[in-house]
Amino acid sequence: MLKDITIGQFFPGDSAVHRLDPRVKIVLTVAFIVLLFLANGPISYAIILAFLGIIIGISRISPKLVVRGLKPVLFIVMFTAVLNLFYTPGEYIWQWGFLHISREGIRTAVFMVIRLMLLIIATSMLTYTTSPIQLTDGLERLLSPLKKLHAPVHELSMMMSIALRFIPTLIEETEKIISAQKARGADFESGNLIQRARAMIPILVPLFISAFRRADELATAMECRLYRGDVGRTRMKQLKIGRVDICAVVIFALVTAAVVLLGRYGL
Amino acid sequence: MSTILETRGLTHVYGAGTPFERTALDHVDLKIQKGEILGVIGHTGSGKSTLIQHLNGLLKPTAGEVLLDGQSIWNEKGKCARETRFRVGLVFQYPEYQLFEETIAKDIAFGPTNMGLPQAEIDERVLESMRAVGLDENMANQSPFALSGGQKRRVAIAGVIAMRPDVLVLDEPTAGLDPAGRDEILGLVKRYHDQSGATVLIVSHSMEDIARLADRLLVMNQAKVLFCDTPREVFSHANQIIAAGLDIPMITKVMLELKKRGHDVDTSVFTVEQALDVLRACKQKGGMR
Repeated sequence: MLKDITIGQFFPGDSAVHRLDPRVKIVLTVAFIVLLFLANGPISYAIILAFLGIIIGISRISPKLVVRGLKPVLFIVMFTAVLNLFYTPGEYIWQWGFLHISREGIRTAVFMVIRLMLLIIATSMLTYTTSPIQLTDGLERLLSPLKKLHAPVHELSMMMSIALRFIPTLIEETEKIISAQKARGADFESGNLIQRARAMIPILVPLFISAFRRADELATAMECRLYRGDVGRTRMKQLKIGRVDICAVVIFALVTAAVVLLGRYGL
Repeated sequence: MSTILETRGLTHVYGAGTPFERTALDHVDLKIQKGEILGVIGHTGSGKSTLIQHLNGLLKPTAGEVLLDGQSIWNEKGKCARETRFRVGLVFQYPEYQLFEETIAKDIAFGPTNMGLPQAEIDERVLESMRAVGLDENMANQSPFALSGGQKRRVAIAGVIAMRPDVLVLDEPTAGLDPAGRDEILGLVKRYHDQSGATVLIVSHSMEDIARLADRLLVMNQAKVLFCDTPREVFSHANQIIAAGLDIPMITKVMLELKKRGHDVDTSVFTVEQALDVLRACKQKGGMR
């Protein structure tokens, strides 16, 4: 049951999308989100959709999986759509009491749904094709100018990679503990809310203890290897901008130009 | 002897319908006799852990059934009675990580409390199982987290014993312990078995330990049962066991090597004592120089 969580999951591969420099991927993802809100016509969205479709195709990530990742946020998307549908002023085509639907409302609601879906797909494509290590590495490099302002960029990104690294471990651990307590007759399914909350104690206490133990062991292991933060730290894998990255940026620039141009004519 | 637990065509597939599909158990037919000690051995990923989690209904079979006293543990509605968990007590690997209560006594009482027993009975069982695992009675009110690793493990085992299960299943109870701790845990399992008459299943990697303890051995290989017989019979198929990626007791290896060099010795022995007898007999015959 806990294994169904796919948000932030990474699917290893060797496609051009996987090989992109993480910095380029992060920047392009952010730019893509901006682009989504610049677009305001059906043709623009068709272009963006095609662009995203091609990326998914190149990455060889199964489209089924991408769609499945949308499920948990479906509610938020529908909620936004309903709000937009009823609360956009304009030329009313339907009215009942204080509820009204305008032509502009329908347009905004439809575009909002498309925008949010594409936004979620794009960001999950980033995590699907980039390993957590690469992701935090890229983030650290992108934020490194902030080091001049004494922001602990390295430490933060190290914290993030450790957190990401331990999510699957802790999920596995939780499942083991649940099984062990069930074997002693623990009942998580029946009873009222308070009884159910109490039933969580036999899971949470061992889980916290093991998380602290792991943290302690990891800290010792890091110290044994003379980890002391960012000071004088070099990298085994240097990030380099290659031909694939330049290609990606150029293609993205062309898509952006097309969308901006079409936007002027409201297409 | 009568059968207490039985599996018929037990099959379990993990992640059916996904790219990660894997058959962990493939038509396992098994009969566990009342009162025996059954050693379960197999390579990592051979299906041992999946098998034992079916015995108390933690996992639901993809196909096949599990019978406890001749009755399926899953009813027609697809539910498994909680009763099964109390009758088949399962001690997981590294059970010390499941401790959560403030005191040792409270933690051991978790199982009996879930059974809905009266308080007096619970107290009695807590003390009884503390004794069974060799914990001193005046430790009852200490925190389990202040104990050493080996002692924590005993508390966890006591927590399952306190349910007085008819079948006690232990998954690698000696993993990560030093030789002394290992002998103590195996000793207490043996003692518990002899005193209570319960059926015991013990999963282990160590052939030497398990061969000495078990009445019968179940050898798992690639989701199937390779052998299920007495240790002597099983170790007489040394080559097949080695082919399955498992080790055989050191002394059996010595015997095999002697045989290879032309001495007529029995190669199915698995303890040093048995080997001594065999070698003495051999010497009398004048087969050895």
